[in-house]
Amino acid sequence: MSFPWAQQYSPKNSFMRWMDERLPLPRLAYNAVGAGYPVPRNLNHFWNFGVLAGVALTIQIVTGIILAMHYAPVGTMAFDSVEHIMRNVNQGWLLRYAHANGASFFFIVTYIHIFRGLYYGSYKAPREMVWLLGLVIFLLMMATAFMGYVLPWGQMSFWGAKVITGLFGAIPLVGEPIQAWLLGGFAPDNAALNRFFSLHYLLPFVIAGVIILHIWALHIPGSNNPTGVDIKTPQDTVPFHPYYTAKDGFGVGLFMIAFAIMLFFFPNALGHADNYIPANPLSTPAHIVPEWYFWPFYAILRAFTVDFILPAKLWGVLAMFASILLLFFLPWLDRSPVRSGSYRPTFKMFFIILLIDILILGYCGGAPAEEPFVMISQLATIYYFAHFLIILPLLSKFEKTLPLPTSISASVLHGEKQEAAPLEVARPKRRPRAAPAE
Amino acid sequence: MVRFFGALVGMGFIAALLWSFGWGVNAQLTETHTQSVEHRFHQEPRDVAFSTDGPFGKFDRAQLQRGFQVYKEVCAACHSLGQVAFRNLADLGYEEPEIKAIAAQWQIEVPSINPDTGEATTRKAIASDHFPSPYANEVAARAGNNNALPPDLSLIVKAREGGAPYIYSLLTGYQNAPADLPAEARPGQGLHYNPYFANLNIAMPPPLTADGQVTYADGTNPTRENMAKDVAAFLTWTAEPNLESRHRTGLAVLIFLLIATILAYMAYQNIWHGGADRRVRQTGPLDPENQAKSRAAKKEAGIKG
Ligand code: HEC
Ligand code: HEM
Repeated sequence: MSFPWAQQYSPKNSFMRWMDERLPLPRLAYNAVGAGYPVPRNLNHFWNFGVLAGVALTIQIVTGIILAMHYAPVGTMAFDSVEHIMRNVNQGWLLRYAHANGASFFFIVTYIHIFRGLYYGSYKAPREMVWLLGLVIFLLMMATAFMGYVLPWGQMSFWGAKVITGLFGAIPLVGEPIQAWLLGGFAPDNAALNRFFSLHYLLPFVIAGVIILHIWALHIPGSNNPTGVDIKTPQDTVPFHPYYTAKDGFGVGLFMIAFAIMLFFFPNALGHADNYIPANPLSTPAHIVPEWYFWPFYAILRAFTVDFILPAKLWGVLAMFASILLLFFLPWLDRSPVRSGSYRPTFKMFFIILLIDILILGYCGGAPAEEPFVMISQLATIYYFAHFLIILPLLSKFEKTLPLPTSISASVLHGEKQEAAPLEVARPKRRPRAAPAE
Repeated sequence: MVRFFGALVGMGFIAALLWSFGWGVNAQLTETHTQSVEHRFHQEPRDVAFSTDGPFGKFDRAQLQRGFQVYKEVCAACHSLGQVAFRNLADLGYEEPEIKAIAAQWQIEVPSINPDTGEATTRKAIASDHFPSPYANEVAARAGNNNALPPDLSLIVKAREGGAPYIYSLLTGYQNAPADLPAEARPGQGLHYNPYFANLNIAMPPPLTADGQVTYADGTNPTRENMAKDVAAFLTWTAEPNLESRHRTGLAVLIFLLIATILAYMAYQNIWHGGADRRVRQTGPLDPENQAKSRAAKKEAGIKG
């Protein structure tokens, strides 16, 4: 840990001492999420969402592994095997609804987590690697969820797979061979279902691995905070345990309540009715839409309706991929030295517009491809690209920022963050006031 | 560099979008827009309450039995329930002998083979069989229904946006095509006008044609409305047989989570804002005791600082 005042692990009994000398796992946990990790004292509830994403991944893996024990990745049996889980497997309905709604909740918390980073400038130096690894996780999540949605082999599974893999067909020359290679055929069939199942089982564990790197990278500079000001003195921090374990515990409780409400009382509200119709290559659904968490990207894809130098379809595919890939360049597009949006009034205004813009895109992506939705998505897509590629770079040159507090504790003293731990806590009674040890 | 190329790429996308947008505006201004026929005549499902609605919703067993009777006497002539077995009828309150009798007397036999010759044949259903389709295969089903396929009804309530109210509205929604319906949207040969159906003309002949089409054992008046409602309730059960345990489990889980979350909140408040006696003692390098130890160790090793 890079904070000299971080608490050190000291084994509490002879067994732990024995263990620590041979395999220092308890020490690792202590330094990663225990008292050995000093965290800014002023983190608000938006900092709960990383832990919540981890909880959601755990739910997916646990329910997914049990589902896989009963699921048959064969075109003729997949749909019925899911219904078999729903009807005949003990608590199978619970597992399946938990897994399906768990995917939605995973995306909800991850989106909030990402927007937290966007607002408080967590992508900026020295946390670029944390941000980049997070985006890798996001891409893997999207691939996992897309392939998972194909598994029940309903109408939307089939037609979604067909439309999304069809995107590759828009690439000139190599597009069609790539599509056939991805699917193992010309249309989604057994070969596609089998490989999607295999990858859908694999990727969550890859995600778990990247999460370890993500957290490792985070622990080098430590967490950002709502002021965006660097940690300077021990007074700026509290140990992760028990302060943030307690705060996260409460956050997990709220998350589970929201999750349980959807899971037990509205289990199909986030899904599409057509997926309860077995896949039928001969009957195209009236509206093919992906799951809600892909809607903003789907709107961007469909916003290009007329050829302009390149074919419209290719523009759509490029724009959809670009809309995510540009986030990888964000640390170098936004050069403002001020991290937190709270001290950048102009940025804050554009940020709020961006939020609304993405909600509009999401709404249009779920709507049928008709006017006025197409024209609205065109304007919204323009803003999306303009925000990241034009407005942010210019802003960091010209905007006037507010004066920053001299330190996190100073901002707490001035009452800027009501939620922050009061300064007298977490300090030993007779501790000297300033200056770290050594 | 990044910002320069970024801006370039951004302008590219924006130009392409403005181009598309311009054509869109042009189309809006020049073309006349008529609402599609479906848009004008299609109706949303009627409001109808079911006992399964809401977080405390439960099945009405008597209604399910009546709905099953409608399915048995009317719908089963064309529709299977491939996900549901005769033995599942135990959920509706039927006893085992009754279920065996229902299966054995089922009009439609299930596919089988002749044990002596191995030839394909049919046999009487048994409790573990699923409700069979009256047709040998899709071709036969289409041939018998004007080229339309009667869907399996097991999941129909979850497979339609409107759920049970849609089924109810569909079954009671047959009517004469309105006078102002354009000629091309009028029901063709073998089709029937029904404003609740997505494309207005459905191949299913009105299945519930007259009050009293079935005779209810429990004395409920078998009006068309009642029969439609009962069979919609029955199909809610076939689509989601675990609805009651889902609701029950959900309430228990929520009560547990509420208590756990309140406790978690109290722990959180206690740790962050608790009284002086609840302060967490730090045992790190800032602890004066540790500092003394560290100084002593350094002195011993001859390190300055
Ligand atoms: C004479 C055969 C026949 C009978 C009896 C019959 N149906 Fe149908 N049903 C059909 C056919 C054919 C279709 C397909 C219609 C189409 O696609 O146009 C259909 C379609 C349906 C649909 C799907 C509508 C949609 O949204 O796609 C439902 C629901 C339905 N039937 C319910 C019932 C119920 C409930 C009963 C019993 C009360 C019943 N049917 C009796 C032939 C029948
Ligand atoms: C990143 C984590 C994961 C995400 C986002 C995810 C997402 C999804 C989604 C959206 C579905 C379709 C839900 C439905 O409509 O049924 C699905 C189904 C499925 N998933 Fe996952 N999943 C994840 C992890 C896993 C893991 C780890 C496994 C197994 C080891 C797994 C096994 C399955 C199986 C067997 C199905 C098909 C059964 C079903 O349809 O319910 N998943 N997944």
